[in-house]
Amino acid sequence: MNEHAQATGYNFAYLDEQTKRMIRRAILKGIAIPGYQVPFASREMPMPYGWGTGGVQVTAAILGPDDVLKVIDQGSDDTTNAVSIRKFFARTAGVATTTKTVEATVIQTRHRVPETALRSDQVLVYQVPIPEPLRYLEPRETETRKLHALGEYGLMHVKLYEDIARHGHVATTYAYPVEVAGRYVMDPSPVPKFDNPKIDDCEALQLFGAGREKRIYAVPPHTKVRSLDFEDHPFRVQTFKDPCALCAAEGVYLDEVVLDDRGGRMFVCSDTDYCEERREAGHRGHLAGDDPLSPVGRGRVAEGDRVREEHKSDSASPSPRPSPHRGEGEEALP
Amino acid sequence: MYVAVKGGEAAIDNAHALLDHERRGDPSVPELSVAQIREQMTLLVDRVMTEGSLYDPDLAALALKQARGDLIEAVFLVRAFRTTLPRFGTSEPIDTDTMRAIRRVSAIYKDLPGGQVLGPTFDYTHRLIDFALAAEGEPERPAESQAASEVMPHVASLLDGERLIEREPAADPNIPVGDLTREPLDFPAGRDLRLQALARGDEGFVLALGYSTQRGFGRTHPFTGEIRIGDVEIEFVPEELGFAVPLGEMTLTECEMVTQFTGSAAQPPQFTRGYGLAFGRGERKAMAMALVDRALRAREFGEEVAAPAQDEEFVLSHCDNLQATGFVEHLKLPHYVDFQAELELVRRMRAEHEAGGQTDALEAAE
Repeated sequence: MNEHAQATGYNFAYLDEQTKRMIRRAILKGIAIPGYQVPFASREMPMPYGWGTGGVQVTAAILGPDDVLKVIDQGSDDTTNAVSIRKFFARTAGVATTTKTVEATVIQTRHRVPETALRSDQVLVYQVPIPEPLRYLEPRETETRKLHALGEYGLMHVKLYEDIARHGHVATTYAYPVEVAGRYVMDPSPVPKFDNPKIDDCEALQLFGAGREKRIYAVPPHTKVRSLDFEDHPFRVQTFKDPCALCAAEGVYLDEVVLDDRGGRMFVCSDTDYCEERREAGHRGHLAGDDPLSPVGRGRVAEGDRVREEHKSDSASPSPRPSPHRGEGEEALP
Repeated sequence: MYVAVKGGEAAIDNAHALLDHERRGDPSVPELSVAQIREQMTLLVDRVMTEGSLYDPDLAALALKQARGDLIEAVFLVRAFRTTLPRFGTSEPIDTDTMRAIRRVSAIYKDLPGGQVLGPTFDYTHRLIDFALAAEGEPERPAESQAASEVMPHVASLLDGERLIEREPAADPNIPVGDLTREPLDFPAGRDLRLQALARGDEGFVLALGYSTQRGFGRTHPFTGEIRIGDVEIEFVPEELGFAVPLGEMTLTECEMVTQFTGSAAQPPQFTRGYGLAFGRGERKAMAMALVDRALRAREFGEEVAAPAQDEEFVLSHCDNLQATGFVEHLKLPHYVDFQAELELVRRMRAEHEAGGQTDALEAAE
């Protein structure tokens, strides 16, 4: 136990060692059966259900004193819940924290996979709200467990087929179901389907924790993870027409930021660390100022205003007010 | 204007400082003490203990103070504390036959051994606001008399004499009682786990489910066999001693509902039971729990499972107010990544819709 943990009056990383062992057993079982949802005795945590209690328990169970922790929510290290969880572990475990993907050994995430490829010495911990990919098709756990046991995924294929019949394409954009190691259909948590290809054959261990639903599952390194599709309707990810307005990155997931009440929009990297690294390396998007970190790095309202001012006076800028639709394009094969 | 979600850390700290400030209210009004809450908001304290699954009036009162009186927030604080407590053993089953009851009523017998004891109750009061209470003053002293030494057998045991009510299986020390806070809940769940879930469950939710059975959604024809409130002793057998030692007392509310059962091929017609138990004085909760417990036994008695209150997965998966509030309130967390994905989809579908509409118009023109 280190000084930080002693000061809080709680065990290292909050959970008692017995509970951690129980969670580790569930994790090991999950790794042994990729994509299978292992029931575990989820504890009541000091943060609300639905706010990452599953991810927090997994992180607490695997965290060691030498780990470096990064926590992201929607791709960003600075969203309120990410800040809260990072502070929780800084306080109860005293571990080093970082916002840089490359420095982290454990990354807890909600709704995104980092853009930077992960390494074999890293673990990605997902917060999962509803672990059951079949839940909205069959509300009963007793039924869905049977369907998984039998490998009976007809319901899901019919759902995807009906989407195509009705809309001409699959109408699921996030939490897009995947098949893991040719066996279990798994919910990748509500990451945009853009991130699905990153889950496939990933070098890092990926762990999924659902606290309220009391399930843990895992994708071991280099596991085949296939997004469900049809031969004549292959899986496609979102693409964006324009690069990031701040760092000019292409082929990354972008957030749409409303600039004004007249339909002005800009598209910026959802992964804030990735965006900052690129700007530090000298990449400039069409709305980025001269200061490498001006809009996002310390970006409060004041800086935001300044960006707009600069942008207005910049005659070289291609379009003073981006049209509402300019950021998005067709879907492309991964 | 680009408002990045940076600097969240300082904003959170400030928000929490403001929360503390608001909790205190007008500083010219004296601050509430934990003892005042414990002594004068007893039913609220009891409810926090019941749904928080921890019998500790002082802690529940403190949680209520910290939570500004928000019940679920107080339950949350108590549960998050409880989860860190070491388990050193399981007490002996409590014996409510020996309860020193301050209230005991039965709705199925006019009089019975041990008598009907009204005790402190809101029943039969006229719900008129007592404006005199706004001014401080001591209430009249209640009448006193010697406590009856007469034992209070459970009403169900009177029916059992005639074999008119189902026999409860005797406790088997080889089968440990389940604990859903230590083991993941699996369906179908045993009655022990169902009762635990209901006891921890939200009073409002359990009440509404119990009510629904009375209105025909899983009708069970219930009678209140008995409600009793009072103190019972908790006993524990330390391994090194080998005999039971008392740990202390706690106040409990117990309700046993008696419901009709027409019988099956295996069992003769008889009455069946629904059971409710709450910490402190939780009569409404115990009654509602007993109704839902009986409704959930439908499969056991070969009854059709059609109503929500009979559906174990539905009831057990949704009765916990912490789980419910956490998941409902998580919707205020940012979802912009997923919403971006949906925006893109809806725009594309609208574009396709418009393109399709033009084709239709062309076809119509031709």
